[in-house]
Amino acid sequence: MYTISNRLKIVSLILIIVGAGLWGTSYVSSHVSVEDVKTMLAEEDASHGGGHGTEATTHEPAADSHGEETSHDSAEAHDDEHAEHVMHQIHNRPYSALYVAAFFFFMIALGVLAFYGIQYASQAGWSPVLFRVMEGITYYVLPGGLIVLAIAMWAGDHIFIWMDPEVVAHDELIQGKAGWLNKTGFFIRGLIFLGGWSLYRYFSRKFSIAQDSADDNRNFKKNFRISAAFLVFYIYTESMMSWDWIMSVDPHWFSTLFGWYVFASMFVSGITVIALVTMYLKSKGLMEFVNDSHMHDLAKFMFAISIFWTYLWFSQFMLIWYANIPEEVTYFVTRIEDYKLPFFGMLALNFIFPFLVLMNSDYKRINWFIVMAGIAILVGHYIDVYNMIMPATVGDRWGFGFAEFGAVFFFLGLFLLIVFYAISKQPLLAKGNPFVKESEQFHY
Amino acid sequence: MESTKVIHAIYTDDDVLMSAVKKVKAAKYHIEEIYTPFPVHGLDKAMGLAPTRIAITAFIYGCLGLTVAIVMMNYIMIEDWPQNIGGKPSFSYLENMPAFVPIMFELTVFFSAHLMVITFYLRSRMWPFKKAENPDPRTTDDHFLMEIPVHGNEKELESFLADTGAVEINIVDKEAH
Repeated sequence: MYTISNRLKIVSLILIIVGAGLWGTSYVSSHVSVEDVKTMLAEEDASHGGGHGTEATTHEPAADSHGEETSHDSAEAHDDEHAEHVMHQIHNRPYSALYVAAFFFFMIALGVLAFYGIQYASQAGWSPVLFRVMEGITYYVLPGGLIVLAIAMWAGDHIFIWMDPEVVAHDELIQGKAGWLNKTGFFIRGLIFLGGWSLYRYFSRKFSIAQDSADDNRNFKKNFRISAAFLVFYIYTESMMSWDWIMSVDPHWFSTLFGWYVFASMFVSGITVIALVTMYLKSKGLMEFVNDSHMHDLAKFMFAISIFWTYLWFSQFMLIWYANIPEEVTYFVTRIEDYKLPFFGMLALNFIFPFLVLMNSDYKRINWFIVMAGIAILVGHYIDVYNMIMPATVGDRWGFGFAEFGAVFFFLGLFLLIVFYAISKQPLLAKGNPFVKESEQFHY
Repeated sequence: MESTKVIHAIYTDDDVLMSAVKKVKAAKYHIEEIYTPFPVHGLDKAMGLAPTRIAITAFIYGCLGLTVAIVMMNYIMIEDWPQNIGGKPSFSYLENMPAFVPIMFELTVFFSAHLMVITFYLRSRMWPFKKAENPDPRTTDDHFLMEIPVHGNEKELESFLADTGAVEINIVDKEAH
C-alpha cells in the first residue's frame, strides 16, 4: 500500500497556490482597454522605429480568422481596429494559457486510459503489474475533463470565436458549420464523451479491484469485454473531441488526420507519465515487482509512439505544405511566422531527443535516461498543445510568462494530488489478475 | 594440418541442453560450438558469448543512407539545376526539405536494412553454394549437439557429458581449420 506523503501533499498545494497566484496576477493585468493598447503600441512603434506597417501585414491572417477585417480606407480607422484586435489578443491570453494547461493534464489521463484499455483488450502479459498505477492516473479523467469543459464554458469566445454570435453573424463559413459548432451541441457532446470514458474507467477499476479477491476470472472477462467496447467508443469520441476542443479554435481550418494526431500526442504523454510515476513509486521501494524489463517496455513505447506522433505531425504538415491551398495553409503560415521556435522546437523535444536517447536497448533500462527523455517528451507535448491553441487566440502576442507557468503549476499540483490520492486507495499490485504471475516474471 | 579430436554430445531437449551448458561452463571446459534446430533463448548468455554489435552497424549504415539522400537531393534539385517545378521553392535545401523527407526516410531504411543484412551474411559466412558445416543432419530437426575439443581427457569428458543428460556421445576426428 502506498500512503500519500506529507511532502508530496505540501509540494502539490504550494504548486496549486503559487500557480493560482501567478495566473491570477496575469488575469488581472490582462484587463487592458483600447486606450492602454494604443499607448502600448505607440511605445512599441517608437522602439521599433515605426515598424508598424510591416507588423500590420503579419497580423492579417489572424485578423482574418477573427472576422474583423472590414475597410482599410483610413489609416486612423485601421489603427483603431488594430488596437482593438491586439486588445482582444491580450485579453485572451490568460484564458488560453489556462485552457492549454488544463487540456494537457487531462489528455495525459485520457491517454493512460486508452493504454490501459489496450492492455486489457490485447491481454498483455507484461503490464498487469502496472495496472494500479494506470488506474490511479486515469482517476483524473473525470475531474480534469470537467475542468476543461468548465473553462471552455467560462472563456467562451475568448478561446472559441464561433461562440461569439457577433462573429458568426458576419462569417458565412462559420454559419455553414453552425450545425456542429454551436454551444449546446459542444457541451452535450463534451458531457457524452466524458460520461462514456468515466463509465468505462469506473467499471474497469471496480472489476479490477473485485478480481483481487475473486476465485474465478469472471471480473477479468468482464473487463476484457468492456475494454474492447471502450476502445471502439474511444476512437470515435476522441476524434470528435479533438475537433470540438482543439480544432474548433480555428473554425475556418480543418484537417482529416487531426484526431489521430491529438491521439498520438496524448498516448505518448500518458505512457511517459506511467513510466515516471512507476519509477517514483519504485524508488520508494513500493513496487519491487516492477523490474527493469517493464521499464524497458515502457521506454520502447515512449520511443515508438514519439516516432508515430512525428509521422502524423509530418504527414499533416507536409500534405498541406505541398498542396499549398490557401484556405488550409494559413494554419501553418501563422505558426511558422509567429511561432517559429515553439513550432520547430517541439520537433526536437518530441522526436529527435527521444529518438536518439531511447534508441539504445541498454539506455532504455537506465532510469535517469528514461526520466530525461520523459521530461523532454512532456515539455514537448505541452508545447504541442500550446501550438494548437495559442496562435488562434493570441496570435503573435504569445509568450511564456505568469499566465502559462501559473496555469501549468496549478494543474500540475492538482494532477499530482488527485493521482497520488487515487493510487493510495488500493494495493499497488493487482494480484487477482490472471496474468499477474506472468507479468511479475516478465523478462525481456 | 594436424587433425584434432572433438567430442559431440547430443541432446534431445533444449532445457537439458541449457543445464548441460551451465554445468560444462562451471567445469571450465571450452565449448567449441553448439548446433540447434531452432533458437534457444538464453543460450548465448549461458555460453558467455559477447553480445552482437549488428545494431550499431545498422545505425551507422542508416546515417550513411541519410547523408546520401541529403547530398543527392541537394545536388540534383538545388545546386545542379534549380528549376521551378510547380512553384516549389528550390532556393535552398531547407526551404524545399519537406518534399525530400520521404526519400531521406526511405534511403535511411534501405541502407540500414540491406547493409546490415549483408554484414550479417559476411560475418556469419553465409553465401549461395557454401558447403554446409553440419556435423550431424539431425541437428536441423530435433537434436542438439555440443562440440567440445578433446585434450587427452576422453574418458573423463565422456562420463562428465553422460551425466549432463547427453543421449549420445561420439568422439570424432576433425580437420582443423
